[in-house]
Amino acid sequence: MVTDERAEPTVVLGIETSCDETAAAVVANGAAVMSSVVSSQVDLHARFGGVVPEIASRAHVELLTPVVAEALVEAGIDGDGVDAVAATIGPGLVGSLLVGISAAKALSLVWGVPFVGVNHLEAHLYASFLEEPDLEPPLVVLLVSGGHTLLIAMEGHARYRLLGTTVDDAAGEAFDKVARFLGLGYPGGPAVDRVAMEGDPAAVDFPRAMLDDGFDFSFSGLKTAVINHVRKHPGLATADVAASFQRAVVDVLVHKARRAVRETGARGLCLAGGVAANSLLRERALDAAMEDGIRCYLPSRSMCTDNAAMVAAAGYWRLRSDGPSSLALGAAPNLRLALG
Amino acid sequence: MIRAHSKSVDDTRALAGELAMFAKPGDVILLSGDLGAGKTAFAQGFGRALGIDEPITSPTFTLMRQYDDARVPLLHVDVYRLDRMQEVVELGLPEMLDAGMVALVEWGDVVAPVLPADFLHVDLDFGDGDDERAVRLRSVGASWSARMNAIGRALERWTV
Repeated sequence: MVTDERAEPTVVLGIETSCDETAAAVVANGAAVMSSVVSSQVDLHARFGGVVPEIASRAHVELLTPVVAEALVEAGIDGDGVDAVAATIGPGLVGSLLVGISAAKALSLVWGVPFVGVNHLEAHLYASFLEEPDLEPPLVVLLVSGGHTLLIAMEGHARYRLLGTTVDDAAGEAFDKVARFLGLGYPGGPAVDRVAMEGDPAAVDFPRAMLDDGFDFSFSGLKTAVINHVRKHPGLATADVAASFQRAVVDVLVHKARRAVRETGARGLCLAGGVAANSLLRERALDAAMEDGIRCYLPSRSMCTDNAAMVAAAGYWRLRSDGPSSLALGAAPNLRLALG
Repeated sequence: MIRAHSKSVDDTRALAGELAMFAKPGDVILLSGDLGAGKTAFAQGFGRALGIDEPITSPTFTLMRQYDDARVPLLHVDVYRLDRMQEVVELGLPEMLDAGMVALVEWGDVVAPVLPADFLHVDLDFGDGDDERAVRLRSVGASWSARMNAIGRALERWTV
């Protein structure tokens, strides 16, 4: 990792409101987490079975001020101690994004420090760096969440190559939809994970789509296969279906990630995103890395899901490479990972 | 009403591609059908025929995705996560339908009451075989009704 040549560390306040979570964090030099506060809205959403944009943006407005205040208190600083404010500008729900962006710009004006807009996907890539300061590219990152399934070759800071992505449903979305179909509740990932522990992963041989076909993923057919199978065999134990489904998803993810590491000559494999909290995925990725003699970085579960520490870290590196963002920068709901 | 039969996911994509030839800016198509019935596959075939090269992925999580690089720009919406009609209004969906795009709205039958009364409703239902689907197309309003005869002829190989 590049060290800051200045004696004083650069302290970045990160703000994340792109989806479910209202979060704020203080991170020094893109590596040392001084505080990380997440005010989860999952309880609010469970009643609706998903992310509800209007409720999300209203809740972000109510929660953001106390969450930022808490992050500063935990870090033991006030506004004077902050050198830059970073906020997620996309992708995400526009109403929710604007809450965090507006707050970050206001704080940057009041404190007279730079504002930095951060890509949520890039922030996920930095989750591992926060816990493994010695982590060095080249790496392969498997970023799996409710909205994304990306296999990325990370060649350096802000230098990525997209190897593959889903051609239909994201992995986390498949978990959510199958969980809903099986009546397991929301969020679907942890629900399937929990129920699958009691089931037989070999009970049903669900398809592994595009297994040896490039680095793209497809999970829509698997979702349909689960539905078809359950319709035909209504007596089947839910735990067996959940375990077999989970095994199919994880098989494909690990198989492709492994091949990506081999073909790009990466030093290690990083997992990122909410699905990286899945127990079976973590276990299988570790096993595979051990067999292949590469390093495997598993962010802690709290770093897998949306948080603001990763936003502050990504903001720190963007500030170093590109300088401050314009205050005219708005929300970018369809933002993709900038490759270069 | 046009009743059609699709033999497979690819067949559903092909049917949707044929239908896309009739799409004009401002059109609204509502897609309904259970999980796994092929709504996203339909959107993929439809979008490909409009000339969209990038992958057309499920908009469930992001609620909407916009594809501008096409013969007619495509707005792909999924209201699966929205449970109250008011949320669709707050999402700005009625306004976005006015912007010169063709809109495909998954689970759209639920939100029809807050949309303009001129749309094509495409319903996908499971058939006898795992991959077979019953497809029903129903026009609401003048703009689509005027095109239904021509659409029926274009979809002849699928109609039952």
